[in-house]
Amino acid sequence: MATYYSEEHEWIEVEGDTATLGITAHAAEQLGDVVFVEQKDEGEEFEKGDEIGVIESVKAASEIYAPVDGEVIEVNETLADNPASLNDDPEGNAWIYKIKLSNAAQLEDLMDLNGYKTFIG
Amino acid sequence: MTAPKRTPLYDLHVELGGKMVDFAGWEMPVQYPMGIMGEHKQCRDKAAVFDVSHMGQVILRGENVGEKLEALCPQAYATLKEGKARYGFFTNPDGGIMDDLIVSNAGDHFFVVVNAALRHQDIPHMKANMEGVEVTEIFDRALVAVQGPKAEDVVGDLCPAARHLKFMETTEADIMGVACRVSRLGYTGEDGFEISIPEDKAIEITRAFLAHADCEPAGLGARDSLRLEAGLCLYGNDIDQSTSPVEASLGWAIQKRRREEGGFPGAERIQKELAEGPARKLVGIAPEGRAPARQGVEVQSPEGDTIGQITSGGFGPTVGGPVAMGYVSADHSAAGETVNLIVRGKPLPAQIVALPFVKQNYKR
Repeated sequence: MATYYSEEHEWIEVEGDTATLGITAHAAEQLGDVVFVEQKDEGEEFEKGDEIGVIESVKAASEIYAPVDGEVIEVNETLADNPASLNDDPEGNAWIYKIKLSNAAQLEDLMDLNGYKTFIG
Repeated sequence: MTAPKRTPLYDLHVELGGKMVDFAGWEMPVQYPMGIMGEHKQCRDKAAVFDVSHMGQVILRGENVGEKLEALCPQAYATLKEGKARYGFFTNPDGGIMDDLIVSNAGDHFFVVVNAALRHQDIPHMKANMEGVEVTEIFDRALVAVQGPKAEDVVGDLCPAARHLKFMETTEADIMGVACRVSRLGYTGEDGFEISIPEDKAIEITRAFLAHADCEPAGLGARDSLRLEAGLCLYGNDIDQSTSPVEASLGWAIQKRRREEGGFPGAERIQKELAEGPARKLVGIAPEGRAPARQGVEVQSPEGDTIGQITSGGFGPTVGGPVAMGYVSADHSAAGETVNLIVRGKPLPAQIVALPFVKQNYKR
């Protein structure tokens, strides 16, 4: 199991050919109070760079961009009723999708935790 | 580009952990560590302090200042009594709104507060069009708003005279030995005060307000969600040079005598719209579900015709859901009408509702 980070402030925890995806604590802090999350449906496919959701905070709307190619295999439904959990536990219970990876080689373009920490300064 | 200006409270904002952003050329706190949601609720439940020193404070001195203001504004300022303040706007010859403002009769002078971004327009406008009136922009005073149901205690503990003011009343009063102008008004929908303080005492007095157990600092983010829930227009979003006060549902701010007599810029259009109704109207819009619809979102009729646009929209922390205001054609402006908001290409059902979203809590 390994966790990777994107420049769009997502984390992706990989186990075999599936992964859990969410936004980083840094991203959640920058967004401020989250009030709404728009998610894709189970079964939808996407390519790296596609918009795969929107997070609305009190301040503004921010897109979620796919860090890799894949398919949504599970949507975290609890975010609809409790969007604020993205502020409380963004790297734990408030994951956004479980996905199936279709091009694992793309993970090499992402950062590890140390790389991400350097990236956000 | 010139560097953003700093208000007399800048150092205090930084000390309190304010997240500073450039707003209308001023470096202002958008929020503090409490966050927009918490600051918003703080103001609705207790009291919050806002720095509004970026707004333009202007003193008008001369003969018949109120009458001369009537040549620029559709408000009855000639009959504004000493110690009273009144919301109004400068109109242009086409009946659009140049800026909105608060005018106070301070006895030996008039005190005017205008929007930060329009100081450069409003000051020359008054100077050019108010003969015999000395127009002085004040640069050495902070403007601090204390808002919320506990504002009377926060301010009254330091300034007993403040307790005796009613909504839209103003007085000069000492706070910690310093002469301040204290006005019972604001832009949050809550009871509260705006206090003009000499700059060298601004931090000391603001700290004294914040020392009250029920008072916390709040930034521009909460100010925006509070005024939106209260159904109050933001210049540049909801009103501008092209929108008439009647379209903006600000007809209440044009007093009877002025409606009848006219004699202000754009009177022709404004009187006509007052009599016949405007073609479009600013209304409250309540999206169904939880997704906010923000400024610029298209409003469609159930049949799919474009009928207007959202001018302010976001999440209302007190409402607990999305809230918006926008212009729709008059035939779709009745409360209860169903519309669609086009958010990210998809229609989102919404309802036209009466403003405000949250009952105004003024001390009349």
